Amino acid sequence: MSRIEAVLKRLKGQGRKALIPYITAGDPHPEVTVDLMHTLVGAGADIIELGVPFSDPMADGPVIALACERSLKHGTSLRQVLKMVETFRTRDPDTPVVLMGYLNPIEAMGYTAFADAAKSSGVDGVLTVDLPPEEADEVAPLFTERGLDAIFLLAPTTTDDRIRAISSHSSGYVYYVSFKGVTGAARIDVDDVAENVKRIHSLTALPVGVGFGIRDAETAAAVGRVSDGVIVGSVLVDTIAKNQEDIEALKAALAKLLRPMREALDELAS
Amino acid sequence: MTEEMLRSLPDSRGHFGAYGGRFVSETLMDSLMQLEREYLKLRDDPEFQAQFDKDLADYVGRPSPLYFAERLTRETGGAQIWLKREDLNHTGAHKVNNTIGQALLASFLGKKRVIAETGAGQHGVATATVCARLGLECHVFMGAEDVQRQSLNVYRMKLLGAEVHPVESGTRTLKDAMNDAMRDWVTHVDDTFYIIGTVAGPHPYPLLVRDFQAVIGRETRRQALEKAGKLPDALVACVGGGSNAIGMFYPFLTDESVEMYGVEAGGLGLESGRHAAPLSAGRPGVLHGNRTYLMEDENGQIAGTHSVSAGLDYPGVGPEHSWLKDIGRAQYVTITDDEALAGFRQLTRVEGIMPALESAHAVAYATKLAATMHKDQMLVINVSGRGDKDIHTIAKLDGIEV
Repeated sequence: MSRIEAVLKRLKGQGRKALIPYITAGDPHPEVTVDLMHTLVGAGADIIELGVPFSDPMADGPVIALACERSLKHGTSLRQVLKMVETFRTRDPDTPVVLMGYLNPIEAMGYTAFADAAKSSGVDGVLTVDLPPEEADEVAPLFTERGLDAIFLLAPTTTDDRIRAISSHSSGYVYYVSFKGVTGAARIDVDDVAENVKRIHSLTALPVGVGFGIRDAETAAAVGRVSDGVIVGSVLVDTIAKNQEDIEALKAALAKLLRPMREALDELAS
Repeated sequence: MTEEMLRSLPDSRGHFGAYGGRFVSETLMDSLMQLEREYLKLRDDPEFQAQFDKDLADYVGRPSPLYFAERLTRETGGAQIWLKREDLNHTGAHKVNNTIGQALLASFLGKKRVIAETGAGQHGVATATVCARLGLECHVFMGAEDVQRQSLNVYRMKLLGAEVHPVESGTRTLKDAMNDAMRDWVTHVDDTFYIIGTVAGPHPYPLLVRDFQAVIGRETRRQALEKAGKLPDALVACVGGGSNAIGMFYPFLTDESVEMYGVEAGGLGLESGRHAAPLSAGRPGVLHGNRTYLMEDENGQIAGTHSVSAGLDYPGVGPEHSWLKDIGRAQYVTITDDEALAGFRQLTRVEGIMPALESAHAVAYATKLAATMHKDQMLVINVSGRGDKDIHTIAKLDGIEV
């Protein structure tokens, strides 16, 4: 059983929902990323999605696109991101880490070299935004062989047939994109999410994480009520942008954002 | 390479060998599959094709002439140089062939809102034009840097009723405009048709743009047989994304005697690193929905590009060109900014035809190539667009205020 599967299974047994924060590796500086990851865990994160910066993040809004620019200004590479995970693991052997990004940096590194390095660094899952399962023939088996979870996206536009097909290629969890748009837009419609997540649950046994548009404890709770986990990205990244100069203040601000979400999600269990 | 194989691509998954495909976020997959289904139906629909042909004839002004450039031939020495006059199309470039086709598709799909990205503005103008004609809402994304160097085309788009969105992110050029167009598309996927301007992007775009532009090569083939009594020996076209080049090349792919040359933007020279020549100096990777040759650093980050021509200033290229390069069916070469500018001046002075700076790259390479060929041989340059839009760039280099 993968580390992701184990965590999600434990939470389910407790009637709890997963809190999955996202930050971009190397933002605002490569040296603070590991520290920020520990901060997220301290504030209640169950799984961390760590963004691999890319020069052309087409599926992201301005908040995460700017985070990529800040990170790349320091020359953050995929190899360095893997080193960060390795460093994180020396203190935290339990919290699953999912790398999230675009295909080209992985392709540039080489699929096998990447899969090997991801495994040995302690990565648990990989979500490649611009890689649908149809194009993943070559790389997905490399992940499976090493026990890395391949996480794919589902969207409001995904048909039932595709949900079945995509889920059959996925492990760990599926990531449901809550609306048609880019990251950071505030357009979430909870009724619509509830309906679609119900549809997804009827077609696959995999846990469903919902991302895009979750900004506070209230939306986290509303989405947590219908899903297995909530993924929180842009609001955290925006906080990083606003507190780049003072790392201690930044850590406090991240924790202050995340903790109420944790509490709101845990209240659902009681 | 068998005829069957050359003509059969892309395959059902949109692949040209190792290239092409569909690398986009899940939200767009359903729309792309719907577009593919509809297009494959309409491709063989006589009514759709008749409407397309009629629009090309009566609105675009096709066929465009194949013109024998007698003075340029004499000045160059060597092969007879002919010009395929895409600069004479309505709106001044080959781009309109494709926007007419895609606008027709948009109408068949019932979409009322159109988006496009543009570098030099030719595709933006062509899109704004067909939208004006069909009463469609039009949004054009353009790098802020390109908005400045192509102010004339920006004004034309606005006159045509389009909204121009300057893109400030990244390198503020064509690739960033394409990113923002994709972001808009994902947000308005239900009612919006994305008219991609070149033979790149996710399947089925490289296929349908090539089909719409192939009219260039079909006409050239027929005209060469009529006027010269034989097929050309060489074809020369500039390559940014590569739509005018693939349009010219495609109908000749199985004519083994016809050599094909795609001319990339050499910028300040390949050794300087400041160019836009992915086929000549890049390697395969994934960007903007397809796998193709790209300019990138060792970590897979997309590199900044440079060309005197905004229309060639793109770090990728259409996947079919990547395949044609690998199988050796077409040759890809480069021309520097300075050589292109010399080509611009030569064609203007000798033939009274002012080419777009993009096309000037093809002119500059063609004269070099023609000089090495026999005078019984025939070379065709695709003059993909006219140079009016580049007057400011040229004048500035001459120290003249226009």
